[in-house]
Order: sequence, then structure tokens, then C-alpha cells
Amino acid sequence: MSNYSYIVWIPLLPLAIFLVLGIFGKKYFKNTSGIIGTLALLASTVISFIAAHQYFFVDGKVNGVYQKIIAFKYTWLAFSPNVSIDMGIIIDPISIMMLVVVTFVSLMVHVFSLGYMKGEVRFATYYAFLSLFTFSMLGLVLSSNLFQVYMFWELVGVSSFLLIGYYFDKPSAVAASKKAFIVTRFADLGFLIGILILAFYSGTLDINTLIERLTAVQSTHFTSIATAGFLGVSMLTWGLTLIFIGGAGKSAMFPLHIWLPDAMEGPTPVSALIHAATMVVAGVYLVARLFPVFSMDASVLTIVTYVGAFSALLAAVIACTQTDIKRVLAYSTMSQIGYMMFALGVSKQVGENGLGFMASMFHLFTHAFFKSLLFLGAGAVIHFVHSNEMKDMGGLRKLMPITHIAFLIACLAIAGIPPFAGFFSKEEILMAAFHSNKIIYGVALFTAALTAFYMFRLYFSIFWSKESHHHNSHGEGTVSMKLPLIILACCAVGVGFIPFSHFVTADGSALETHTDMLFSIAPVTLTILAILLAAAMYKNENDKPAKAAAAFGALYKAASRKFYMDELYLFITKKIIFPLIGRPVAWVDKNIVDGLMNLLATITAKMSVLIKGLQSGKVQSYALYFFGGIAALAVLFIYLWK
Amino acid sequence: MNLSLLILLPLVTAVVILFCKGLKQVRSVALAGSVIQLLASCFLLVAYWKEKNAGNHSPMLFESDNVWFTALNIHYHIGVDGISIAMILLTASVVVAGILVSWTMEKLSKEFFFLLVLLSMGAYGFFISLDLFTLFFFLEIAVIPKFLLIGIWGSGKKEYSAMKLALMLMAGSALVFVGLMGIYYQTHSYDIMQISQMHIPLEVQKFFFPFAFVGFGIFAALFPFHTWVPDGHASAPTAASMFLAGISMKLGGYGCLRVATFLMPEAAHAYSWIIILLATIAIIYGAFATMMQTDLKYINAYSSVSHCGFVILGIGMLTQTSINGAVLQMVSHGLMTALFFAAIGMIYSRTHTRMVAQLGGLLKVMPFISTIFVIAGLCSLGLPGFSGFVAEMTVFMGSWQNPDGWYRLATILACASIVVTAVYILRAAGKTVMGPISNEYAVLTDATWNEKLAAAILVIGIVLIGVAPFLINQLIAPGTENIMQQVGKLITQK
Repeated sequence: MSNYSYIVWIPLLPLAIFLVLGIFGKKYFKNTSGIIGTLALLASTVISFIAAHQYFFVDGKVNGVYQKIIAFKYTWLAFSPNVSIDMGIIIDPISIMMLVVVTFVSLMVHVFSLGYMKGEVRFATYYAFLSLFTFSMLGLVLSSNLFQVYMFWELVGVSSFLLIGYYFDKPSAVAASKKAFIVTRFADLGFLIGILILAFYSGTLDINTLIERLTAVQSTHFTSIATAGFLGVSMLTWGLTLIFIGGAGKSAMFPLHIWLPDAMEGPTPVSALIHAATMVVAGVYLVARLFPVFSMDASVLTIVTYVGAFSALLAAVIACTQTDIKRVLAYSTMSQIGYMMFALGVSKQVGENGLGFMASMFHLFTHAFFKSLLFLGAGAVIHFVHSNEMKDMGGLRKLMPITHIAFLIACLAIAGIPPFAGFFSKEEILMAAFHSNKIIYGVALFTAALTAFYMFRLYFSIFWSKESHHHNSHGEGTVSMKLPLIILACCAVGVGFIPFSHFVTADGSALETHTDMLFSIAPVTLTILAILLAAAMYKNENDKPAKAAAAFGALYKAASRKFYMDELYLFITKKIIFPLIGRPVAWVDKNIVDGLMNLLATITAKMSVLIKGLQSGKVQSYALYFFGGIAALAVLFIYLWK
Repeated sequence: MNLSLLILLPLVTAVVILFCKGLKQVRSVALAGSVIQLLASCFLLVAYWKEKNAGNHSPMLFESDNVWFTALNIHYHIGVDGISIAMILLTASVVVAGILVSWTMEKLSKEFFFLLVLLSMGAYGFFISLDLFTLFFFLEIAVIPKFLLIGIWGSGKKEYSAMKLALMLMAGSALVFVGLMGIYYQTHSYDIMQISQMHIPLEVQKFFFPFAFVGFGIFAALFPFHTWVPDGHASAPTAASMFLAGISMKLGGYGCLRVATFLMPEAAHAYSWIIILLATIAIIYGAFATMMQTDLKYINAYSSVSHCGFVILGIGMLTQTSINGAVLQMVSHGLMTALFFAAIGMIYSRTHTRMVAQLGGLLKVMPFISTIFVIAGLCSLGLPGFSGFVAEMTVFMGSWQNPDGWYRLATILACASIVVTAVYILRAAGKTVMGPISNEYAVLTDATWNEKLAAAILVIGIVLIGVAPFLINQLIAPGTENIMQQVGKLITQK
């Protein structure tokens, strides 16, 4: 087996940068921190590409199957002789694929931020946090131990918290960062209990061993977890469902998605990195990582499928009504992740039936490029007009030609127009859905059309519509802002042509896929119609959007208010948890529990006052007690004697 | 290494302080003494590793045994294992940090530092004692100074709090004493290692275990005897709060483990469901009560109730992993709460308020203090990379090994508290260090050198455990193994 231990440096470089910039950044690297961070990440990216080349083209394959290689392992915390948290590195197609995606997109964001965040007071802190996030995300994708995944999972959560709350003196940013952390923490509770369940029955936390033990139908491990049950559901289903809840929280699946739109309070490059390309797909990655185990339990996969499909549809509907361009993109992210989720849900582990798995990973891959491009493009626009609202934009195509073209390419890619990247991956997903579940296929098709509609609504509103009233005073942006747009635009065109199914599949062996022209007709035609509709409504300023909104009436209103999910959550927290649990508990503690202690003290004090009276120190009263006692005893004595 | 040095050093420091004049002399002596103590503790750690690597497998190292009071068979018997060393290191770190944050204590400075050092002496003595009577003796030494520290240097309703704390802890001591007497009259020995080899009849264990466990439990904020914690911490001066949470509460947890559980394992097993019930209540109830607090010190005090519940839970679950977790949680919580109280003290000394609603945006003017406040918070909510995560996860993993449905439920509820913890920590941090800053605070200054040093010592401890838990795990595992052997042997005999 070949040596991959150099991969350790890929996450360690950003970690080192985090420590250096976090501790010394303010003093010594006030202006150079951006360059330092970017260069270190460039090194990480280069190493990732080398690793990917070595794995995919040199020695990753044995007998036509890509191997799972443990490149590094160290026992970090031993709970018992068998169960321990190890710090390890797992090398397999999906981890290498994620490695490339995370380092590459992160590098683009680092470069973009050089221009975008220039002049910020906490410039060094920004790059420190960005490095912390990159480190955590890389650690997450490389984890070979389930608990290690959980650790980095929490770390990406906290880096996301820190970056959303980067503008910490803005109350809305603080609220959004808290919300993101708490909602995902709630989901992580599911993940944690899921880990406890799986670890208990499989007797290990090592992912490879765990998969091995829980997929062998005859093994004692599998029979014990499949037969043990709670409330009539097997522990396997419980464990996997709870783990999926963790994944759904991070990946903003319904009903745990409410944090994602608010997370847009963070700086836009951060949204591009964390809330579009990398962290939010962690849930998909988690399911994919444990997919062999998931594929043992059809009921959990059904849950994954329906949650994914419903989230995709719901988010697409909401996206059509939002006016903040970053929120439109946030809902579109949620919708696309929904695609990846249900693609996993309809998949099987082996061979041809594993098309859904491959498609999901493919979509994750292509989505990372065009979605980060969309966010960076939106960032450039926001930088230019100083607003997030569509109404403040319009007619920018002449003022921002490069951004315009890049954004258009990304829109075509996400809509799924051939030959842009999104077409290929979405096509595979639709194909996988078509072969397993026609309802899901229908939903996916409809959502694809909605996607095209809201993306081009966004595109036309920003770059066409009314004439711009902005002056081209400070230009489109610095070179460092334009360069990533151009590179990512090339990717959004090119990456679809990668024969992805030869590299990343559920069982490691290559899968032959073919684009079926007949099959493509339906989605592409629908998409083009949707784009034409968007053009008709938004290309020029007119009253059609208002009329359409009125025609949809209640649905439009509900969608624009995000189907009242935020209100529901607020109701539960503000009206139920705080007043009905928190306040009574605090009251009981203060009045009942502590009151009881005070009562004890009072009784003791009262008693002592009473007894104290006896020892007054007055000889006369002592004499009185004495003679009184004698008299009483005498009476008693005489009485008893008789 | 002669362990008596650990008691002697603070004693000498305390006596020298009495002869010093003025704040400057007093604080230099106190700091010097505590730093030497910290170095001695580190030296003890090194010596311990050397012995272990040399193949010494006896359960207690560096033992020495002198008869103290022949008639009652009381010995001055001392010795350490990994658990005691972890506790000693914790104590030494918290003492140095506590003295550093009290650097400008003008009021009766001589008496103040004298009491702090005296308290630490009690704790060191307690952790190295292998004789029940000696152990009790040092426990009492550690209680009295707290009453004075709060009553004289405290704030708010300090007389009430000091009295409440002293009375409740004294009640705890009294219960402990009854438990010890019960053991003594059964075995005619005070020697912990000797008693552990004898078999105390089950009925006797069952009768006296609750006294010892609840008695120590009061120190460790066992529900429903935790009510001294919020008032006591809130009224105490910063250093006393740090000592109280970082050291005193650990005396309780250590006693529950070393005395109650180790010497009366069958009773611990029989009563484990009650222990777990109380611990789970403390964890959840403490967390929700914290959520409603508005004063930073009350927030941290109530969260201590919740976090110390993990210690009790780990002990009650009686698996080796869970007991490991309980010890880890003691160390972790000690460092973290001390850091939290230090940060709160620094904020209070500048803004003169601890009310969350009145604070805001401190990150802008006090980046250092705000950062350590956030670090303490993140450690409290169990973020990987800090000690809290390691400790809590070990408790969870250990508790889950018990396949009984009710124990599982208790574990799940305990896990659920991490969400509530996130809520109250982020509320406090979000309002205090983040958000817009009001004008009156815009001129405040950041931490001074002594405050930075104090925080650094504690943060290093927290991060070291969080990043390399295998080190401390190796340290404490032989000790917990020894305790578990005892538990396992007697339970399987039945």
C-alpha cells in the first residue's frame, strides 16, 4: 500500500494559520494576514490535487475497485479497550473528492476576500476564522472514526457561528449566529445519540469496522442491533434516523432549515464557502459515508428520500418569493441539497442500482462550483450597490460585465441547461429517481422548473430590468475579486464533462452511465419554458410580478413569509420553553427547594431560641426549675408508689 | 517524593504572610508560594510517571504512614494515585490563578491571602489523605476560610450567603462524619486502603452510605442540597468564587468517589438508581434554571449545578468509563468555572455590573477578556478542543454502557442538556461580549498582565486536556481501574 501520510498537512496548514493569525494576527499581520492565509491554503490545495491524482490515477485502484485506505491513525481517547476516539485519515473516493472541493472553493473564497474584506478592522480575525473553518471541514471529510466526525462536526458549527457573527456589533448578525448554532446543536443531539446506539451494538467507533460489522447480515452485531427494538422500531432504524437528523440539521433539511436563510448575515464570501459549497453538504456527506449501513435499512432511506424531496420543493417555492438576493440563494442551496439527499435515498449499495449515490455525489461536486460562483457573484453585486435587496439593483450588466457573464453561466448551470455542469449531475439524479420512485421523479422535475424560474428571476432583476442609477465610480471590483469569478465560471462549464461515475461510486467500482437524449427532453424543455417565463416577467420593469403574486394570493403570502416556520419556532421557544419550563424551574428552585433549606434553618433558629430560654443564667429560675422538678418527681414518686 | 511537602508549603506561605506588611509584600509571598506549589505538583506528576514507567503497580504511590493518635487508631497516612494528582494539579493551577486575579485586593489584604492559602492547604491535605480522620480534618480546614472570605470580602447579601454556605457545608461535614464513624465502628480502622480490603456487611453499608454520599454530595452540589451554590458564588469575591467552584466542589466529588463509593461499593450499587435520578434532575433542572438567570455569576453558578451533575452521574453509573468521565469532568469543570469566574470578575471590576441586560459589545474594548469569556463558554457547552467535550463525552459513553432502559433515559436526558447549555451560554455571550456597545463602556481598558497570566494558566489546562486527552486519561485510568476492581469484585461475589 502506498504512502498517503502527507495528507495530514492539508488540514494542518490551515490550523497553523488559524493559531498564528488568531494569536498574533492583530499585532503583527494586520495587512498581510490575507496573503499569508491564501498562500497556506494554496499549498493545501496543491497537496490535495496531488493526492487526488495519486489516488485516482496511480495507485488507488486494486482489481478495478477503489480501496478504502487508512493513511493515519492515532488513539486519541480510549473509552474501553475496543471503543476509542481515534484521530485518523480515511482515503476513499468521496473523501478525496471532498478534499478537492473544500480546498479549491476555500482557496477561491480566500482570494475573493482579499478584495471584498479589504479595510476591515478585524481583517486578521476574519482570515483566522476562515482558516479554522477550512481546517475543521477538512478534518470532517477525512475522519476515519465516527466520533471524530462528530468532533469536527461541532468545530465546523462553531466556526460557522463565529463567521456568521463576524459583524458582532450588529444585533441581527448575533441573533443569526446564535440561531444557527442552537438549531444545529439540537440536531447534533440526534447525531450524538445515534453514535451511542451504533457504537454500543457494533462495539466500535471506527467507521470501516462499524460498516463491516453492521452490513454482515449473519454477524452477531447485526442481529443484535436489528432485533433489539424500542417502541416497535429496531435499534438500527433508531440509530440511523438519529444520525440522519444530525445530518439534516447541518444540511438545512426541513424542518431544521430555519437557520440557513438567517445565516446570510455573515460576510458574503463566508456564505459562499460555508453555507453553499461545503459545510451545508456535510449532512449529505455523513449519509454517504455511512451509506453501506443506511442501505441495510429501507425505512430510513425512505425517510431520507421524502425529507430530501420535500425540502427541495419547499425551498424552491419559497425562493420564488424572496427579495433579498442572498436569501434566494440560501433557499436554492437548501433545494439543491434536497436533491442530493433524495438521490441518496433512492439509491442502493451495489452496481447499477447505486446510480443515485453516484448522482448525489456528482451533484454535490458540481453544485459546489456553481453555487459558490453564484454567491461570490452576488457578493460582487452587493459590494457594488451596497444592498442585498433586489429593488436596489437592476441594469447592472453594463457596469459589471465580468460578474454578469459569470453569474449567467452559474444560473444556466444550476438550471440544468446542457452543456453546463449542473445539467449532467441533475440528469443522473432524475434518472435515478425515475427508476425507483415516480412520485419523487415528478417532484424533482417540477422543482427543476421552479429552480430555473427563480434563478432567472434573480438574474434578470439584478442585471436587466430597470436602468441602473449607480455610478461606475469604484469599478467592478479588484482583480482578486474578478479572478475567482472567472475561474469558477470555467469550472461551472467544464466539470460536468468529468466522467464522474468512473471515480466515485457506492461500491468503488466504475459505473457506466449514458446520457439519454430522449430522457433529457422533458426536464430541459421544462427548464427552458421556465426561463422564458422568468424573462417575460422580469426582463423589463412591469406589473406582471405583482399580478402573479396577487393571483397566487394566500400561497404567495405564505411562501414569502417562509410558511411561518420562524414564527412556529419562536412560538415554541418564547411561549413554551421559556415561560412553561424555564421560569417554573427557576421559581421552584428559589422558593420551594431553597425555601425548604431556609425553613430548616428557621426552625433550627427558633428551636435554639426556645431552648436558650432555659439557660438564662438566672440563679432564681434555676432554683425554681430545681424545686419544681423535685416537687414533680415527688408527686410522681408518691403516685407511683401507691 | 515526600508528599507532606504539599501541605507544608502552603502552611509556611500562610505563616510568612502573617508577618508581611502591606499588599505588595503579601501578594508577592502568596504568589511565590503558590507558584512553588504548582511546580512541586508538576514535579510530583513527573515523579509519578517515572515510578509507573519503572513498573511500580501499587495502587498508591509515595505513601507514608505515621501514627497520629494511638488510642483511636488514627494515622497520618498519605499517598497519591493518578486521580489525586489530577486534583492536586487542578488545585495548584486554580490557586495561582486566583491569587493573580486578586492582585489589587486592598481591603485587609493580609487576612485575605492568608485565608486563600489556608483553604488551599486544606484541599491539598484532603486529596493526599488515605486516613479517613485525617481526610475529615483537612475537609474542615477547607470549609472555615470560605465563610470568612464571603462574609468579609463579599458583595450583595453576603452575610446571608456566607451563613447559608457555612451551615450547609457544615451539615454536609456532619453527615460525612456520621458515615465515617459507621465505617470505623465496623472495621476499627480509619485506613482507606485497609478498609477497602475488608468486607463491610451490606446492611451496615446500606445504612451509612447515604450519610457519606449525601454529606460529600452537598459539597458537590447534589440536588436538592445545591442551593448554597448560587448564593455563595454570587456573593463571594472573585478569587473565592474560583476556589469555591474550582476546588471546594471537587472535594465533594472526590469524597463521593474515594470514600463513599470505594469503601461501600455494594451500597453504591444498590442506591445507584437514586444517585442517577438526583444527578439527572440536577443536570436538566440546573440547565433550565440557568437559562432564566440574569446575573452572570448566577448563570455560572447554576450551570455549575448542572455540570457537577455529570460528576455525580458518572459515579452513579458505576462503569469504568463513566467514572473516568466523572474525574475528567471534575478537573475540566474546575478549570473552566475558575476561568469563567475570573472573566466575570474582570468584567465586573470594570463595568461595575454583572447584569447581562446592562452589558454589551465588550469585545470592542476588551478583546482579551471577551475572548476568555467566550472560551470558557465554549468549553462549558462542550466544544471539541476544550476539556468539557472530553469529559462529557466520556461520561455519556460510560453511562450508555449500562443497557437498562431507565439508565438509557437518564443518559439521553443528560445529553439533551448540551442543547440547553448552548442556549444559555450563547445568550450570555451574545449579549455581553457581542452586540452594540454603550458609550459608558467605550473607555474601558483590557486585561492587565496579572489577569492575562491567570487566564493563560487556566486556558492552557483546558486546551491541553481538550487536545491531548490521552495524557490525562493515562494518568487517571489506573486509579479508576483500582476503584472499579473493588466495585466489580464485591458485586460479582453476591
